[in-house]
Amino acid sequence: MSASEEKRNTYYESIIKQGYSRRDFMKFTTYMAAFMGLENSMVGQIAKSLETTPRLPVIWEHYQECTCCSESFIRSDHPIVADIILDKISLDYTLTLMAASGHQAEAAKQETMKKYKGEYILCVEGSIPLGDDGNYCCIAGKTAKQSFLEAAEGAKAIIAWGSCASNGCVQSAKPNPTEATPIHKILKNKPIIRVPGCPPIGEVMAGVIVHVVAFGRLPELDGQGRPKAFYSKRVHDSCYRRPYYDAGLFAETFDDKNSKEGYCLYKLGCKGPMTYNSCGTLKWNNGVSYPIQSGHGCLGCSENGFWDNGPFYERKTNVPGFSEGNSADTVGKVAAGVLVGGIAVHALAANISKRKEVKDRIERGIKNEQHIDS
Amino acid sequence: MANRIVVDPITRIEGHLRIEAEIKDGKIVDAFSSSTMVRGIENIVKGRDPRDVWAFVQRTCGVCTTVHALASVRTVEDALGIVIPPNAEMVRNIMEGALYMHDHSVHFYHLHALDWVDVVNALKADPKKTSEIAQSISKWPKSSTGYFTDVQNRVKKFVNTGQLGIFANGYWGHPQMKLPAEVNLLAVAHYLEALEWQKEIVKVHTIFGGKNPHPNYLVGGMACAINTQTAGGLTAERLAYVGQLLQDGKEFIEQVYIPDLLAIASFYKDWAGIGKGFGNYMSYGDFPTNGYADMAGFKFPQGVILDRDLSKVHDVDHRSSEQIEEFVNNSWYNYSDGDDKGKHPWDGETNIKYSGPKPPYDFLNVEEKYSFVKTPRWKGMPMEVGPLARLLVGYGRGNKEIQEAVNAALAHLNVPVDALFSTLGRTAARGIETQLVANWTMEFYDTLMNNIKNGDERMANMDNWEPSSWPKEAKGVGFCEAPRGALAHWIKIKDGKTENYQQVVPTTWNASPRDAKGQRSAYESTLIGTPIANPELPLEIIRTIHSFDPCLACAVHLYDEHGKHISQVQNIESCES
Repeated sequence: MSASEEKRNTYYESIIKQGYSRRDFMKFTTYMAAFMGLENSMVGQIAKSLETTPRLPVIWEHYQECTCCSESFIRSDHPIVADIILDKISLDYTLTLMAASGHQAEAAKQETMKKYKGEYILCVEGSIPLGDDGNYCCIAGKTAKQSFLEAAEGAKAIIAWGSCASNGCVQSAKPNPTEATPIHKILKNKPIIRVPGCPPIGEVMAGVIVHVVAFGRLPELDGQGRPKAFYSKRVHDSCYRRPYYDAGLFAETFDDKNSKEGYCLYKLGCKGPMTYNSCGTLKWNNGVSYPIQSGHGCLGCSENGFWDNGPFYERKTNVPGFSEGNSADTVGKVAAGVLVGGIAVHALAANISKRKEVKDRIERGIKNEQHIDS
Repeated sequence: MANRIVVDPITRIEGHLRIEAEIKDGKIVDAFSSSTMVRGIENIVKGRDPRDVWAFVQRTCGVCTTVHALASVRTVEDALGIVIPPNAEMVRNIMEGALYMHDHSVHFYHLHALDWVDVVNALKADPKKTSEIAQSISKWPKSSTGYFTDVQNRVKKFVNTGQLGIFANGYWGHPQMKLPAEVNLLAVAHYLEALEWQKEIVKVHTIFGGKNPHPNYLVGGMACAINTQTAGGLTAERLAYVGQLLQDGKEFIEQVYIPDLLAIASFYKDWAGIGKGFGNYMSYGDFPTNGYADMAGFKFPQGVILDRDLSKVHDVDHRSSEQIEEFVNNSWYNYSDGDDKGKHPWDGETNIKYSGPKPPYDFLNVEEKYSFVKTPRWKGMPMEVGPLARLLVGYGRGNKEIQEAVNAALAHLNVPVDALFSTLGRTAARGIETQLVANWTMEFYDTLMNNIKNGDERMANMDNWEPSSWPKEAKGVGFCEAPRGALAHWIKIKDGKTENYQQVVPTTWNASPRDAKGQRSAYESTLIGTPIANPELPLEIIRTIHSFDPCLACAVHLYDEHGKHISQVQNIESCES
């Protein structure tokens, strides 16, 4: 029997075979819909999609990386993500978790590449070094580039996990000794979903996978190839400390009175205003916290070139490379011009009844901002 | 033809490592360990603000995430003479303790267990007997016949779908798989439970550091300010959350990990005689209880044991160029003044120069340089680092708590002390210390809460934060005991910038190529003598390599009986023709 004639189970069939009920299945699709921020009316569509879509094979490659992306992926907190998705996507090759080694591992990959040519998803964790003919990263005697191009050829789509595969990350920081290169600069003729972050949030990674398997198409991407569902808002826009920014209340140093009050960390170098990610909305590890909530500024780890935009603890109003073409916007404008108006508006919006306090805050805010700009 | 085996790569480890081994009469007679990936992070941090370096070097590893950040902030604090507040010390301890609990459990279930547990064989188990076994070794509540029946049915149905995903092509049915079906089923159930559980304990990092992997650290303390009175910092709710996570984690370790470890180990006692190695062990010590400067207050003592002699423990001095040196005789680097001498890390260099075969290649030329890992030595001698080294040093130092924990495990398995010097010993030591660390982490938590109760809410010492307060030149060393072993960073600061930075990591000690004298490092040394039942499926190599919990991905090649290179799997057909 040739590969294409073999019967493959749909998600629905395989879920039922695994002992889950129809009810479990519907619950799962409801979770997924909620998870992806979809209306209830979409639940039926997801369910139908999963019932009729064949299982999606996934090959997960590891190049110049630290495995934080794989670790983050297994942190995904959704119960059914842990119980089903990890199995349901048929993770046929991943150095981190697969039982088989060597010959058996490579055979599993080759089989998937052959049997599901044009149908499997290739996930890439890590950048690819081009320096010294690629000698800086070899697996099974092949360079990362050779291995990547081979696996990419039959892939339906490619996911660039994390900042390494998306942007080059730490090893591409100056002077980039190994010419670490993100994958979209090596391969141009395939759709590549870039999921930056060091690492990306586990639920974001699961969400991207779920989008692909549930809808059978790629999520809508922004100009940089990032799924809009997770990367269309700045951390700053959804930050619970934003009102302090608008009110001009800033931590001056770590562990000072203002930082204990949970004031804005902008003056301690927070890159939230220039960083597009879901940290403020989804938060980390099932919504427990995110860097700013735990008192440390955002490093901007999902932005291109963030390592070279330091020092990290220095306030930046204009960061080259951060979300090029996007509105790294106007951090300057927001910080300088709009702020005074912003303070008043936000103070009103917050319905702070104590007029004196409002007045004091506005004054302090303006003073702080002048201090910032001085 | 039967001799021809290829394993490339070994999975369930972090990074890229390759081992070439020579087999004779069914045993390994020589082995070469090679890392095949380099990023040059030490060069990237040069010239940068020392306060930023922790974030760069933290990205050395996302599995043991935190340890490089911890070593780095300690290094910079050492250079600048910064003493952190007791609360920050405890928070760092608690985060490191949570890491041990996470990392060791994940290693046991998700990286190592499939070397010992036959997943497919679990389908033959009688769930009632599994339930009886489970209840005889632990009070963990998920232990009914119905529970194990459900797990078994789930695995059965999964297997029936025909797409085995991560379990495809495993070592199922290998003659070295010796667990009864019922124990296999128990382990498979706990593999799945541990996968669920592991994402909980790391929330300790999320609370203090904002995220996991790669939580945030800070030179001078920690960024998570305490404020018990108004919303804005760590409140009683946040702290209670940490306490609950630690308690739950401790229960999982006591009631699942440790009983499973002892149950599985009891079927593999023959592995107490395999994977012995050269017998030198080193621990830097860690988990300060009275400040990082007071090494006598460390929970894990520092020291070196030579030739398995537990009666004498030597002191480690990171600052001494007589003690710690790195060599590049067999590594793909050049030293500016010649490769024949070692360098203390303060004067270390990372000049990458690949000189191996041109890819795609079948074999490395092990007669010349063959790895991106440098070769570190303590007083010219190779050292094994990791959980076993920590416990042996603690044992040798007369640490009662460590001695009791080790003796209890030995008594349970009914094996002599010598059994520790082995593959089984390494794997058991990891579990034993996880239990110890889980207990200690609760102590650190209590200390933190007591400090706060007594009115101390400091979390960072910012006195020397500004570079204007720094000396023109400074140098420092910071160390910790990462889950995989002794880890240290060295920095030289000049004019407020990082002038030089070197990391000597646990896997550098263990996985390095041999030195100029031909002395093998730990991986190469411990593989020698390992029996290989079926060269087509060299499970035994993977067991010993995994017992170190490598922070590198491995590729293993074997030679045929005549010491001649054999082919890689990808080329096996052409090689046979």
